[in-house]
Amino acid sequence: MHLDPVFLSRVQFVWVIALHILLPAFTVGLASFIACVEGMSFFTGRTVYARISQFWIRIFSVAFGMGVVSGIVMPFQFGTNWSRFSDATANVIAPLLAYEGLTAFFLEATFLGVLLFGRRLVPRWVHFMAAVAVALGTLSSSFWILAANSWMQTPAGYALIGGRFFPTNWWAVIFNPSFPYRLAHTVTAFYISTGFVVLGIGAWMVRARRFPEEGRIIMSATLWLLLVLVPLQIGLGDLHGLNTLRYQPTKLAALEGRYDSAAPAPLTLFGIPDDARGVMRDEIAIPRLGSLLLTHSWNGRIRGLNDWPVDRRPPVGPPFYAFRIMVGAGLLMLALVVVGNLMRRRDAFVTSEAFLRACECAGPLGFVAVLAGWTTTEVGRQPWTVFGLLRTSESVTPSLTGPDVLLSLLGYVAVYAVIFPGGFLVMRRIVRAGPQSQAIDEPGQGRRAMLPIARAPELTP
Amino acid sequence: MISALLPDFVPIWTAILAVGIFLYVVLDGFDLGVGILFRFAPDLQSRNLLMNSIAPVWDGNETWLILGGVGLLVAFPLAFAIIIPAVYFPILVMLLALCFRGVAFEFRSRDVAHRGFWDHGFFLGSVIATFVQGIVLGAFIQGFKVEGRVFAGGSFDCFTPFSLMTGIALVFGYGLLGAGWLVMKTSGALQKSIRVQGVWCLCGVCACIAAVSLWSPLLDLDIALRWLSWPNSLVLAPIPVLTLCVALLTGRALRNGSEAGPFVGAIFLFLLSYGGIAVSLWPMIVPHHYTVWEAASSPKTQAFLLVGTAFLLPTVLLYTAWSYWVFRGKVRGDIGYH
Ligand code: HDD
Ligand code: HEM
Ligand code: HEM
Repeated sequence: MHLDPVFLSRVQFVWVIALHILLPAFTVGLASFIACVEGMSFFTGRTVYARISQFWIRIFSVAFGMGVVSGIVMPFQFGTNWSRFSDATANVIAPLLAYEGLTAFFLEATFLGVLLFGRRLVPRWVHFMAAVAVALGTLSSSFWILAANSWMQTPAGYALIGGRFFPTNWWAVIFNPSFPYRLAHTVTAFYISTGFVVLGIGAWMVRARRFPEEGRIIMSATLWLLLVLVPLQIGLGDLHGLNTLRYQPTKLAALEGRYDSAAPAPLTLFGIPDDARGVMRDEIAIPRLGSLLLTHSWNGRIRGLNDWPVDRRPPVGPPFYAFRIMVGAGLLMLALVVVGNLMRRRDAFVTSEAFLRACECAGPLGFVAVLAGWTTTEVGRQPWTVFGLLRTSESVTPSLTGPDVLLSLLGYVAVYAVIFPGGFLVMRRIVRAGPQSQAIDEPGQGRRAMLPIARAPELTP
Repeated sequence: MISALLPDFVPIWTAILAVGIFLYVVLDGFDLGVGILFRFAPDLQSRNLLMNSIAPVWDGNETWLILGGVGLLVAFPLAFAIIIPAVYFPILVMLLALCFRGVAFEFRSRDVAHRGFWDHGFFLGSVIATFVQGIVLGAFIQGFKVEGRVFAGGSFDCFTPFSLMTGIALVFGYGLLGAGWLVMKTSGALQKSIRVQGVWCLCGVCACIAAVSLWSPLLDLDIALRWLSWPNSLVLAPIPVLTLCVALLTGRALRNGSEAGPFVGAIFLFLLSYGGIAVSLWPMIVPHHYTVWEAASSPKTQAFLLVGTAFLLPTVLLYTAWSYWVFRGKVRGDIGYH
């Protein structure tokens, strides 16, 4: 069998980044949520907030630890497997990654230590500020990494000299055409993903009658938040799609499943793409709706993939299906959130067994949508790493052989297959234990992980 | 090219990267070193203590690794694109080992049923990560096979007797740093046993420094010329002499009850070895092939990042120092991860 280092490197990249992004998708939202709850606890002094915050901090610290170890893997991927890409693009995108480290990673890592272990070592306002610093760090991280990724989608502000990219205008590099849309859509996606996990856990607390008071507060607040965010996200998705139509028409054609140009164009709901023949089989479509959504006119023309040479087309299958999964998840979320808010009357949202179960099942929905969305984005960009300019096949490290990459891929698969389920079980255990009821600022019996180091000069073991 | 008017930032970036990597080596070094000594802690209570001595800071320490990697990418992309593929497998193993080590902090205290497993993961993860970092160092000193702008050797070329030896050297070195840190953080019987372990590590370090110093000139004519030609040998003579003195002082500090002495001594030993390597290789960043100037990124790239770094890096250092200050003093056994 012939082992292709390019293909295997792609599989490896997908494996490590798809598992990595699950954690930011959770921790970005959770960090902001913890900062809010810490703030409420600081300003109101009510212990229920401190209890809720402490509960989520415990979960956060596990997720964050996993986010860190899977994140450290990421920048090295650029060197190990994509060294030609690194050599070609470093002048432009490496500073963005470096700014991410300087503005985000140190902030998060340092203040996380204080957040986790410093409650009794620093004044309360400092502890609150540590929570805010961690939240800002995660947002800053998203800003820079998405700027880098968006530049790869819609490059701007560069000069291409001898196969390498050089910066000409930093503002244009960072605020490249797709960046504002991608940033807004992704960060909202992260908040939504966290929101659904929190909602699901809240529902479980109520349904299992373990911590009904906390569960109710958590559910109610999250349902309000999601009522705002989910429709917003759908609107942002629409704008994002229009932006893609303008700058990455091949990707858009792939996710619409459009092989032949059409005016007016129907909206394909479902079908089986056939790249070899360039047709959509068993298509179910609504006439004119495609034009209406994408050009906002009855007769707008949408270009199909057959307009481009074969070696400049992405595969249609993955973006096409992934896009439908994402949109499906979005519509499902919308239904759940609208129904939940309607059920506020007479408290039906915490008394209806069916609704509580539905919320629990919807817990992972955000992650599904995030992974589907990124598959749409990244596979839709193919066959390029820098859209239209640098091919994926010319980005890979030349010295690598197929067996080399197979070996490393197996290593990543084996280790992540231990670490990620392990982390999941640990988090589930924390959820099961629930928010503990000890007072927060007393030296605790049975409390954990509060304070590894004290100022007392000495206490010999 | 595009911006011929910009001044030469390469020396500044070389210095920043050098400081960044050195900070990584010291900070994550003591951290990994605690992991290496973890295996030799007598009981559960002292293992918890060891773990808690680094729990609030390990994440920040490891962040310097990211800065080192990304710093190389941003300042010397050509070096990054050649060196990282050349050490493909050591990097892979290091990353995987760091995974086990990183999650062990949380997992061992929350997943008591599998604590033994995560404890082993923590120890082995630390040892292996350190060992392969040493291999990377050795491979780097030896140099790589390069054609044009790409690494042209095989993925297993980096495993040589010399690089295996630098791997062992680093395990002793980080162990010594870890012992120095733990002497400051513990007391009583535990501290005593750590002092003994520190002495063992110090002996290992000295043997390894001697071996590397004799071996690398034999390996490489350029290095031999640099150190042995006149008047270089006179100018550079302080480095080996100082190394010897610091080693002796560190040994004394380990045995005479000094609290901070062993850690400071270990840091100076690293500083001197680091200086020695820098002297051997300067100004090459891909040994034998590219100098720091040839491998550097465009002036516009370096200028853009320098603007922010000039104030972000000091800020990072400030709040890092603050967090160490918050967690100063001895670790207590009664509170923390249990
Ligand atoms: C909670 C998650 C979530 C939800 C509910 C949605 N999306 Fe999304 N979508 C993402 C999470 C996401 C994402 C993971 O964050 C992506 C991947 C890259 C990006 O920019 O955002 C994405 C990408 C993405 C793209 C690809 C843009 C490109 O790469 O060029 C489009 C066109 C849309 N989305 C459109 C939508 C529409 C019309 C939605 C209506 C239901 C929708 N998304 C719901
Ligand atoms: C975290 C969310 C992300 C996910 C889930 C994701 C997923 C993917 C997928 C599925 C591919 C493979 C496309 C294919 O092989 O057909 C890919 C390719 C790639 N992505 Fe992303 N990506 C993400 C973010 C990023 C970011 C932030 C960067 C860079 C800053 C990036 C850089 C790359 C590169 C260099 C490739 C080329 C390798 C390849 O084609 O497989 N990705 N990614
Ligand atoms: C190839 C692309 C990527 C690289 C090189 C990368 C790198 C890293 C690294 C090194 C860390 C650990 C930081 C620490 O030590 O604290 C990390 C964590 C993080 N990353 Fe990524 N990452 C990538 C993709 C992404 C994407 C696509 C996002 C979001 C859009 C993201 C957001 C975050 C956030 C918010 C954290 C901190 C929170 C956590 O650790 O859970 N990263 N990343």
